[in-house]
Parts: sequence; C-alpha cells; structure tokens
Amino acid sequence: MSAVIEQRTERPAKAVSAVVVAGLRRERWYRQPRLRRLGALLAAGLLLAVMTGEQGNGKDLLYSLRGTLASGRLWVCLGLGVVAWVLAETGAPLRAAAVRLLAPVTAPIARGGELAVRRRGVRVTAALVGLALAVFVPLALSRATNQVLVDWVGIYILLALGLNVVIGWAGLLDLGFVAFFAIGGYSAAFWTGHLPVKPPFELNPFLVIPVAMATCLIAGVLLGGPTLRLRGDYLAIVTLGFHEIIYLVAKNSDGLTNGSLGVFGIPHFSVGLGPVQYRWKLDPLDYWWLLLGLIVLAVLVLRRLEHSKVGRTWAAIREDEVAAAAHGVDTVKYKLMAFAIGASTSGAAGVVYASKVGFINPENFPLLYSVLVLAYVIFGGMGSIPGVLLGAGLLAWLPHALKDVVDQKDRFMYMGALLVVMMIYRPQGLLPARRRRRGEPTPARSSVQTGDAQ
Amino acid sequence: MTSTTAGVATEVRAGVATEVRAGVTAEVRAGAAVGATVPALLELAGLRVDHGAITALKGIDLTVRQGEVVALLGANGAGKTTALRTISGLLRPAAGEVRFGGERIDGVPAHHVVGLGIGHSPEGRRVFADMSVLENLQMGAYRFGRAAPEDLDRVFGLFPRLAERRRQIAGTLSGGEQQMLAIGRALMGRPELLLLDEPSMGLAPIIVAQLFDIIGEINAQGTTVLLVEQNAAQALRLADRGYVLETGEIRMSGPAAELLHDPRIREAYLGESAA
Repeated sequence: MSAVIEQRTERPAKAVSAVVVAGLRRERWYRQPRLRRLGALLAAGLLLAVMTGEQGNGKDLLYSLRGTLASGRLWVCLGLGVVAWVLAETGAPLRAAAVRLLAPVTAPIARGGELAVRRRGVRVTAALVGLALAVFVPLALSRATNQVLVDWVGIYILLALGLNVVIGWAGLLDLGFVAFFAIGGYSAAFWTGHLPVKPPFELNPFLVIPVAMATCLIAGVLLGGPTLRLRGDYLAIVTLGFHEIIYLVAKNSDGLTNGSLGVFGIPHFSVGLGPVQYRWKLDPLDYWWLLLGLIVLAVLVLRRLEHSKVGRTWAAIREDEVAAAAHGVDTVKYKLMAFAIGASTSGAAGVVYASKVGFINPENFPLLYSVLVLAYVIFGGMGSIPGVLLGAGLLAWLPHALKDVVDQKDRFMYMGALLVVMMIYRPQGLLPARRRRRGEPTPARSSVQTGDAQ
Repeated sequence: MTSTTAGVATEVRAGVATEVRAGVTAEVRAGAAVGATVPALLELAGLRVDHGAITALKGIDLTVRQGEVVALLGANGAGKTTALRTISGLLRPAAGEVRFGGERIDGVPAHHVVGLGIGHSPEGRRVFADMSVLENLQMGAYRFGRAAPEDLDRVFGLFPRLAERRRQIAGTLSGGEQQMLAIGRALMGRPELLLLDEPSMGLAPIIVAQLFDIIGEINAQGTTVLLVEQNAAQALRLADRGYVLETGEIRMSGPAAELLHDPRIREAYLGESAA
C-alpha cells in the first residue's frame, strides 16, 4: 500500500522535473543559430547604411544616424542583409554544387601551391620574382605613389622586420619600438651636423647607418639590461615608458635636439667614390631602391639568424623560459641580443627616413607608430619573414589605397575593421611561421611524398 | 650498450618487466649497501629558501651519493619543487649551502649549473610545445652546442616511442610521451645527477610503472637520480633511500624499504589507516 502511494507521489515529481529539464534544454527561440545569424546580418546592414550615409557631425552625435533612418538606403541595406541571410541559410546545396563543379580546377591549384611552398627552388623563385617586381614596377607608377612606397611601405617593412625579431622570435612584447626609430633619425641629424650639439666630425648618411645601428644597439642593451628580467605585460609597460622618455627628451631638450621645432636640412645620401658620383635627391625612386637594398640585406641576415642555434634558442625562450634556463640557456643574454638586433634594424630605418624627408621633429615618432608596426607584424604572421614583408607591405599601403575610395578621416577605421576580422578568422597571420602553425591540420606525410615523387 | 638498452626497454614495454626490474634493482641495492663509503654527489646543508615573505624550505639537510636513486616525498606545497629549483640554480637560497661534487653551487646561475652535470626535468614536463621532438632533444644538448649522435641513440633506445615520433611537434604528444621527452631532454646534457620533478604527474598507473622502470634503467647506466614524487609507493620501490618533506622541513628519512613499511608513511601517503 505504502509503495503505491510512493509511486503516485513520485510520478508527478518526475513529470515536473522532466518538463523543467526540457525547458532548460530547449533553445530560446532568439538563441537559435539561424536567427542569430539573421540578427548579425541585419546589424551589418544597418552599419553599412550608416557608413555609406552622410558624414557625422560633431555637434549633433545622432545626426548621421537620423539621416540614415529617414532614408530609403536603410531599407536597401537591410534588404541586402536579408538576402545574404537567405542565401547563407538555403545556399548550402548550391555552394556544394559549385565547389564540386570547380573542384577539378581549384584542388590541384591549392595542393600544388601547398607543395610548391615546401620546395626550396619554388620559394627562391618566388622571392626573386617578388624582388624583380619591387625593383621595376615603381618605374611605371606616379611620383606620389612612389612617395608612399618609400615613406610608408619601405620604412615600415624595415621596422616590422626588426620588431619581428623581438616579438616574433624571442617573444618579447615591445611597445616602444619606435623610440629606436627616433634614435636612428636623430643620429642622422647629429652625425651630419644639424643638431645644436656638433659631432667631432661629420659623416655621409651612408656611414651614419652603421653608427646609428650601433647607437641603437647600445640603447637597446641599456634599456634591456635592467628590464628584460621582467616578463610579458610588465616588459611591455617598461618599453612604453622608454618610448615616452625618448619622446619627451627629444621634445624638451632644446639645446640637444632643438626641441619641438625639429631639425631641418638633414642631407640626402650621396656616393663619392672616384668615378662613381651620385647624389640622392628628392626623387622617391632612388630612396625606394636604397630601402629595397637594405630590406634585402636585412632579410638575408635575419634568415641566417632564424635558422641558426640563436634562432632555436629564441624559440625555446619564447615557448618556456624556465625550461630553457634549466637546459643551460643564458636567457637574459639572448633576450638582450634579440632586443638589440631589433633596435638596430629600426635605427637603420630611422637614418633613411630622416635623410629622405630632410626634416624630423618629435611628432614624427608618436607611440601610435609602435602600435602600427606591431599590428603589421601580427597581421602578416609573427615570426615569419615572408609574412612580415607581406603584412607590413599591405597594411602600410592600405590607408593610401583607400584614399580616393572612402572619406579621408575614415581610413584607419577600415584598417581597424580589417584587423578585427583577421584576428577572428586567421589569428596566426597571413603567412604564419612554421613553428606557430600547430593549430592547423598538417597534410599527411604520404601526400608530401607523392608530391616529391612527381 | 645502446642495443642492450633498447632491448631492455622493449622487454619492459612488452610486460616482462618484473624480472628485468628485479635484476636492475638488485644491482643498485648492492651498490647502495656499500653506500656509506661512496662519496656524496649532492649535499644540501641547512638550506633555507624564501618566496617573498613565505619560507618554503626551513633549513633542510639532504645527501645524494654517487649512483643512488633518492626519493624526495611530500604533499603539495611541502617544498619539493622549491628544493629542486634551488639545486638547479633557478632559485637562490636565503641561507645554507648546496654542494655538488664537493663544490658549492648555490648562487651559480641556472645556465652554468647544467654545465656542471646536473640535468633537470621540470615539474609539469614543460616541453617546447611548438618544436619537434628532435628539436627539443637538441635544446637538451644545448651545453654542447649540438646533440651528439650517441646521446640521441641512447635516449631513443630508452624511449623508442620518441624515436618513432622524432619529427612530431611536441605539443601534440600525449602526456606520457611528453614526460618521456622531458626526461630524454634532460639526459641529452649528459648529467651526472638527474633531477626529476614528479614524472608521474597526471599519468595513468601503467604508464607510471613503465616510466619508473626506465628511470631505474637510467640509474643502472650510471646516472644518479634525485626523484621528487607524491606517488610515494612507486617512488620508494625504485629508490634506495628516501626523505619525507613536510611544510618545508624534513620529517623522516632512511632506506626506502624501511620508509615503505613505516606505518606513518603508509598512513599519510599510501592511504592506509595506522591501525
């Protein structure tokens, strides 16, 4: 009898709990992935409407939004969102069919590309073709374009190559990297006799390059010596402080650097060796080729370093500093070395920049540039030289490519959006380093072998 | 030498472990019996180590003689890892001495300690996750510049699994394989004294048993071992002598066989009631 009662009381309890569990398990309607995608696409449509609409107004923050809401463009954009959603939700069979149709064409290309990259001959050829393009294509471009190529692309590629040693290989987060660029620039001003303090003898900018590199090397050691025992975030803050020190010294020591007025008349590069007489002028092409030479030199030297014992030691420090120390690595020495090598590359870029522009002041070296260089390195692929070349080249070029397409003030916004999308979908960068590809599926050994046999 | 090693290791893996193990242990025990006359390889005297305001080691004395396996037991936070890290120079003692082969080595920076002949397989394995097995072993041979082929052969003989996976990225190895790699990496520096920090951590019992057999094998080949463990039963079965560390102090020490049967140890570490 009692057993029956128990059963009866149990049954409703079970039923209730089942309902509760079912309720918990059932997705809320608005949480269904399908509807969430619709919501995201509608939001993107609204964003598109606002972005393509009228310029905002500083006095009336909602001005542009109001204009958009009243216009028909909003409905077009939202409609586009809905169309995209419908295509995405129902288009799977379509897409599959398209992939199947194109597979005979795309698959060999993709596989061939993957295999080709693994071959040394192909890599060398690609590098040589890229170099040839870099040498000859600017001849056909306008002067203004070449100007951008030098002041932004070339200089920033050199900076990114230097920062890649510090952050990509040794794993040290350096946020004050542009300070070394500034030291390079001011070295050029000093050794050509254009600072209030005069040098013992004046040098041709070509000769200033090694001197500036040595100066940056020493500055890197001076900064790194006491601080490289710090790790990660702490080191980043210290380097931030270092940038601020260099910047403020440059800005405030009138007797040393001419303060915020800056330095004028830094001479151009020139060669005067017997029959070979040449002066670089304002023409950006000359400077582009000079920079290209420096970049090629830097790449050759850094590649040797990467594949040497030093490169492997940096990788060990980056991955596990304690374990590296436990196996006999003098971690401070190697971190210092990375810091100094990065700094000296930056210093060389500083000399070229100062000499090309002929005028520098502290505002040429804001903190923002450190952040930009860092973004370029991460965008291209930390630790990968081809990645850094491509990443820095593309991103430094982007604001100028957008110049005539979007509003002047919005250019960096698009770059920000690109970085956000990139970090979500391809955080390892455009051309990631081999060591950092762990997350990616590696092609099976057999396919590589058949590839070699072909 | 290498081929016999490989043979032993495979046998161990094949499960004929007991006989081989017994042989190895008997040999080692015989060595330990004359232990009193064997010179001390490592001595800790009154070693005190502070972590900021906290004293992790409150003045411990410990001796490891040439050819021994010594187990250092203790619960979490007892100071075991601190002791090992101090020996290998990653931490500085606040007081006391570390002597290796009669020379004081406290205060010698970590990267020089390796060169003296102390290999450290750190807690939690800490392999270089983005490097291949081979590159990890190369890093182990860092003090020589590059790995000698005979050292690689030795490690691959002890751990055939690593030989099979020499090109694999270390981060994709299983926990047991990573532990093998950590030990192999430490051996690449040809240490006289091998410091092992909790090799059994997070591993299945069968893997732990295999691993301890191989540690016995390493010892039989002539490497002195200081083994830090929470797995007291396994460690004491392998070791010649043991120390028990509790909140920074040595509470007990003695021959491993005695400790293994000590009711206090059985209660505290082997989960048996004293009654």
